[in-house]
Amino acid sequence: MDTLLVPPEALQPAARRAGPLWLLAEVTYRCPLHCAFCYNPVDFAAAGPELSTDDWLSVIRQAREMGAAQFGISGGEPLLRDDIEILVAEARRLGFYTNLITSGVGLTEARLAALKEAGLDHIQLSFQDATREANDLITNTRTFDLKRKVAALTKAAGYPTVINCVLHRSNIDHLDRIIGMAVEIGAEYLELANTQYHGWAFLNREALMPSTAQLAEAEAVTERWRQKLGKKMRILFVTPDYQSKKPKKCMNGWGEVFLSVTPDGLALPCHTARMLPGLDFPDVREHTLDWIWHDSPLFNRFRGTAWLPDTCQSCEDKEKDHGGCRCQAFMLTGDPSATDPVCPKSPDHALIESALATAERQDNCHPLVFRDPKASKMLGRAF
Amino acid sequence: MTLRPRINRLFRFQWEPAQQAHVLLYPEGMVKLNQSAGEILKRCDGSRDLPAIVADLEASFNATGLTPDVEAFLAMAEEQNWIDWTEA
Repeated sequence: MDTLLVPPEALQPAARRAGPLWLLAEVTYRCPLHCAFCYNPVDFAAAGPELSTDDWLSVIRQAREMGAAQFGISGGEPLLRDDIEILVAEARRLGFYTNLITSGVGLTEARLAALKEAGLDHIQLSFQDATREANDLITNTRTFDLKRKVAALTKAAGYPTVINCVLHRSNIDHLDRIIGMAVEIGAEYLELANTQYHGWAFLNREALMPSTAQLAEAEAVTERWRQKLGKKMRILFVTPDYQSKKPKKCMNGWGEVFLSVTPDGLALPCHTARMLPGLDFPDVREHTLDWIWHDSPLFNRFRGTAWLPDTCQSCEDKEKDHGGCRCQAFMLTGDPSATDPVCPKSPDHALIESALATAERQDNCHPLVFRDPKASKMLGRAF
Repeated sequence: MTLRPRINRLFRFQWEPAQQAHVLLYPEGMVKLNQSAGEILKRCDGSRDLPAIVADLEASFNATGLTPDVEAFLAMAEEQNWIDWTEA
């Protein structure tokens, strides 16, 4: 008889995988800047209408219920929506740590006060260069003075000053001045992120990729400032995938901690995954986040390591990097399940070598294509 | 002059039900704390100095001689930027 009984532990529901820890709301693709290194899809202009305030509130509540603790608001420029305060207030009330990722355009004193009142924890302000000319050139706008003003406003409101600056071929030689500017503004934290080649940045890759010498000099400059500044200002230098020759574990593992929602309501395991072919992206208005996270084909497609190609299966680093970035693999090889070509073991690594060789050339002068809705419609492609 | 530890404004300290633990939240990250770390940081509210924190912990957990452990933890927490010290 005993052998016919179901063991008691089998009656317990199987331990479910943990929910997402980090919800990123990309609330709009609209943006007053036109940065040529934007990671948004090139064809953003073809996206459907933006989610309503209530749609976002539902996403926020469901994600918190599942255990998410980080709520990031990004875009586009999120401040172009007038309901950010409402989303922040609800997220904060539920216990989220709330982080606004902004260009600063639209962050007036009144708006900042409303966001502070709503409980916003943190503001990450992007700068594009240390001089007005260079900042305004790469963004194709006149926004430099405004950004400095916004940095002073957020500081006065009691926020730590956290600045992000994307590095590329045309600004990386100004790094000394960029760091100097961050010190002058009184930044506590500076993130120097080398361009990752997705979306518009991939389109402009030749024009944006620095040479090995530029990159080495940038790292040396950063190190000098670190020695000088100590704990006064922390500097994070994010090395570019192409040059580091180390594939990165995509968003800390596909479907492991991160869930992003596009302006038009598609749930993604990584904020650039929308470009991948042959996948059905679940709409948050049609499915629960619980189903999307645990059961949707999309979130299970590249989860774990079972799906990895042979090159990765036999590699001792497979648990560390999960084969690298899926979007990078797809953009470069046409196959989203290929080994990320930045890995020297990838059969397609020559593609990276050739891009790097182009970056070494002095006569490399490609025109920049700026991110705007007109170019988006005209180009009509994902990257 | 007495110094009182408090959570650095770059972090938010809270009980996280999904983790069944106290955590420190910061942009795009989370430190999950074990029980002792959580109980110590819970008392770092800027209103208590080190002896008061130790006394409170010893009373709450019916223990003695916690000073060295608490001191060592707070030194580490300061190194990590989790806390700073405010003057009374």
